[in-house]
Amino acid sequence: MDRVAVIGVGQTKYEKGKRETFSELVYEVVTRALEDAGITIDDVDNIVSVSSDFWDGRTISSMAIQDAVGAFGKDITTVEGDGTFGAMYGAMRILSGNFGVGLIVAHHKGTESSMSGITNTSFDPLVERRLGLDAVTSAALQARRYMDRWGILEEQIAPVSVKNHGNAKRNPLAMLPMDITVEDVMNSPMISTPLKKLDCSAPTDGACALILAAQHEAKQLSTHDKRVWLNGVGHCSDAFHLGDRDLSDTRALKEAARTAYAMAGLEPSDIDLAEVYDAFTYMELMWLEGLGFCDDGMGAEYLERGVFDFGGKLPVNPSGGRLSANPVQVAGLACMAECVLQLREEAGERQVEGAKTALAHGINGMCGQAHCVWILGK
Amino acid sequence: MADWKDEVEEIVFDGKICVPYSWTVGSTLSKWYGMMRDNAEIWANRCPSCEMVFVPPRKKCIYCYKDMNDWVKLAGTGVLETYTVVQHPEPGVYPKEPPFVYGIVKMDGADTGLVHFIEGVEPDKVKSGMRVEAVMSKEREGNFMDIECFRPIE
Repeated sequence: MDRVAVIGVGQTKYEKGKRETFSELVYEVVTRALEDAGITIDDVDNIVSVSSDFWDGRTISSMAIQDAVGAFGKDITTVEGDGTFGAMYGAMRILSGNFGVGLIVAHHKGTESSMSGITNTSFDPLVERRLGLDAVTSAALQARRYMDRWGILEEQIAPVSVKNHGNAKRNPLAMLPMDITVEDVMNSPMISTPLKKLDCSAPTDGACALILAAQHEAKQLSTHDKRVWLNGVGHCSDAFHLGDRDLSDTRALKEAARTAYAMAGLEPSDIDLAEVYDAFTYMELMWLEGLGFCDDGMGAEYLERGVFDFGGKLPVNPSGGRLSANPVQVAGLACMAECVLQLREEAGERQVEGAKTALAHGINGMCGQAHCVWILGK
Repeated sequence: MADWKDEVEEIVFDGKICVPYSWTVGSTLSKWYGMMRDNAEIWANRCPSCEMVFVPPRKKCIYCYKDMNDWVKLAGTGVLETYTVVQHPEPGVYPKEPPFVYGIVKMDGADTGLVHFIEGVEPDKVKSGMRVEAVMSKEREGNFMDIECFRPIE
């Protein structure tokens, strides 16, 4: 099978209250990604744009930014979900043999509308939407179930926030670099038990673009130091209704991870760093367990031992993670961009020494209904 | 942060999207809500293949993809599987003033959980594993709020 490489990345700084329009954010990251790859828009033969209509406040939001992605006269398709799913679609298009160079672009503004109102509309209007459930209250139901099942205390999930906000201090693109303690997390306002303000990511604005290329084009257009290969990918979805799942179970993630590791011919112990979707503190631990980095229920103990610290055996979210910037549809693509920078040894102060293989993870749907796992390598 | 604002006075448009919908709830949920409204009963349906019992009822089993025409009446009692005490207000989204409680109830006789409000107990006394029962609304209109809430069984 042909291989697909990432040959360029472009990101905005992740911030709240960005004063650029959706199109301006997209222009910024596409321009950066093209410059990074050393190519022009004429070298790109297809585009996948990722957005969400309710967040943008317009239908067919993906069509509205088509000038900005340089799609005029080109083949473009769109994804409503996390950026990792857009990247998967883009890689599949290249592997079909019909395309050589693809641009994957995601944009998101969380601070121009209502996170609660928008995520409430993801619930079934025929059943539980009337209850007023949203992203944080449903996550709180999952957190409680996960913590009850494994006997994990609030003090044991709080260090994820301390670690990730601390990591963000080394990332100039992160929104919330912070020096905080477990006590600060515990004393932050309760949002929905057991989740406190510092257990939750905050609405964020930003955009991210990746340029993917087939093996032939990648070698023609780009140099060795700029190329990062997509060696494995897996995707799996769980049931839609929260009550149909045991919310402490990561069966969909386990299947996505199994597929990605098998495709890459690797095991969890081969991974040098991971960027996982920590929209909430407890999620990072659950996802690390589902990805096979430790047994179920053991995430908090590994965290306490420093395994996932920046200087640990497996640095997790060296970028600062979603807790430090969560531009929803962009978030998983930003995970991939961080892995690319790390593998190219361009991660500056947060460079994980000797990183050869990295894992990026994105989720879609409430409480991690669907997961996409990428394994990237030099 | 954008530096263009030093030179140009920014203009911001406020907006709101309000679009009416009339969603059919379909054959399965129409039957479910009808029995709730007319008889104050909560029913579920069972997969003929794996025998999983679903509430809310489904047209097809999510595991076996088989049609589910075997309906069973639930007693209305169950166990609280997980819960959260909502402390932060979201006016216009949450229908109640915090603090209030959401929970997922595994109803006796069913294999899936039902998300709803947990009431009739101080929020800080709610615990996973509590026995609870459904409280049906007095005025029932054939929708999910015909179940008013679940409350602990004394």
